[in-house]
Amino acid sequence: MLKQIEGSQGIAEAVALCRPQVVCAYPITPQTHIVEGVGVMVKTGALTNCEFINVESEFAAMSVAIGASAAGARAYTATASQGLLFMAEAVYNAAGLGLPIVMTVGNRAIGAPINIWNDHSDSMALKDAGWIQLYAETNQEAADLHILAFRIAEELSCPVMVCVDGFILTHAFERIDVPTQEQVDMFLPPFDPVQMLDVDNPYSIGAMVGPEAFTEVRYLGHQKQVDALEVIPRLTAEFQQVFGRAAGGLVRPYRVEGAETVIVALGSVNGTIKDVVDAERDAGNSIGCVTIGAFRPFPLMELGDLLAGAKRVICVEKSLAPGLGGMVASNVRMAMRGTATPVYTVIAGLGGRPITRASLTTVFRAAAIGGLDDVTFLDLNRDAIAGQIARASRHRHSGPIAENLLKALNPGLVRRVSQEGAKP
Amino acid sequence: MFEIRLHGRGGQGVVTAAEMLSVAAFDEGKHAQAFPSFGSERMGAPVASYCRISDREIRLREPIMDPDALIIQDPTLLHSVDVFAGLKPDGYLLINSTRGLDDLGLAGLAARLPAHHAICVDASGIAQRHIGRPLPNAALLGAFAGLARVITLASVLKAIRARFAGKVGEANAAAAQDAFDILTTT
Repeated sequence: MLKQIEGSQGIAEAVALCRPQVVCAYPITPQTHIVEGVGVMVKTGALTNCEFINVESEFAAMSVAIGASAAGARAYTATASQGLLFMAEAVYNAAGLGLPIVMTVGNRAIGAPINIWNDHSDSMALKDAGWIQLYAETNQEAADLHILAFRIAEELSCPVMVCVDGFILTHAFERIDVPTQEQVDMFLPPFDPVQMLDVDNPYSIGAMVGPEAFTEVRYLGHQKQVDALEVIPRLTAEFQQVFGRAAGGLVRPYRVEGAETVIVALGSVNGTIKDVVDAERDAGNSIGCVTIGAFRPFPLMELGDLLAGAKRVICVEKSLAPGLGGMVASNVRMAMRGTATPVYTVIAGLGGRPITRASLTTVFRAAAIGGLDDVTFLDLNRDAIAGQIARASRHRHSGPIAENLLKALNPGLVRRVSQEGAKP
Repeated sequence: MFEIRLHGRGGQGVVTAAEMLSVAAFDEGKHAQAFPSFGSERMGAPVASYCRISDREIRLREPIMDPDALIIQDPTLLHSVDVFAGLKPDGYLLINSTRGLDDLGLAGLAARLPAHHAICVDASGIAQRHIGRPLPNAALLGAFAGLARVITLASVLKAIRARFAGKVGEANAAAAQDAFDILTTT
């Protein structure tokens, strides 16, 4: 049924249609509306046979999900930012134990400095925890990916993280076609766990493993991800048959035929990039783009094929690997090993900075004439940077960087605050 | 594509207004996208929200920088935020104020827009009469339906009633109807 609803509500309704049996969560912006939405459905009885457990922290949320999944229940949770980092140990455990938990990450920056807005620092920090990572481009896809995620997770017995851009998607009202219960039931059979704690047939899950078998356990975790490269496209095709629309997949090309410049990105920014691609094509520039739908497993072969004809590749990335540059570009270079095609990183949208068509167009055109550095920070305020560097070189005790930048950028605001602070 | 930017203060419901606009447009079969500004959401702080309306799928995720219409919930913002930034030459301007455009010092700006594209409505006063509280949202949306003719009053009323149940919904709908009538008969 077509509805005009908030992205978070669409996700909550999709999750509920998947008949989760245990939902546990700790609220954190911008994830909160999602679990609130599920909680309301449990409370009103719209979602039955589901226990909603309020926990005291994100670490507890993932621990409860692990316990529930190990007991044979379909388990779901959601988090963001610091919340994901706080549960990091348990996130690794869920994958190491092979428990098919589904978790939404409402992508948000990580402090310090504290920032509640969108980027991909959180999910990128845990990209190698052993979870499958899917990134949503639209709110329709954000809803659909959760249905796919439970199916993928349970087929492989591997947890799946659905990454949804905080605020940009979670708080946006858009049209979402919410599927029927019959459709979801047809696509997603009841959970049939490959391992389950059962008092009548007792065994342990999570035994200590020494050097004799640890590598083999890890290898098999890696193999699940490799297997997912086959499972994800197959289930994506099946999803399209049942629901009548595409969602998910490993990679999605857009106007890459014969494109000299190809843009690669994750998540909602692909919408803006596609608008830029159309405008640039109209202007006679040879450009296309590829959306990475699954970052783990990383679709090396599929990307390598799509990018084979490009003269240059630009990765627009919402996270920074300090001291290196961009994690997406590093992975894309792996997909293009053996070629001499330059792969650029454009770091964009950190801490919620808007990514505009105008700024993207400027860097894409610069790349086309060889005028782009390996790593470029979109819309970087060079005056503010230079001011802080000069300040730090003048004084040993130059103070906190974040506060110095805020003062430099908002002189009026800081003056008002300091005047108020000076009142007796 | 028609782009609307709404300015208000935290707590006035500027995000809810954009969402209801998008619901009204959706109800008319259009694609619509409403989203909040990515600034601090504190009670009383200047906030903005956005609504795009289109006949086709909306892929764009950047903030609205060149709006076709501006809705200003709180006239005290005129002096602290550049609320008029990027307003298109043929755009619409709707301000919640008991004062007129001349009185607000906006005669020059209004003169650069087409005739009848800029208007002040006492939305807070209308809201006070119908709802008992100076919440200008519904009245502004009703006035907007009359001003820009992008969405119909009927869709606005339906979106308001869908958002607020019972008496509150009826009171808000009455405020929207009143503002629409005032605007379309003056």
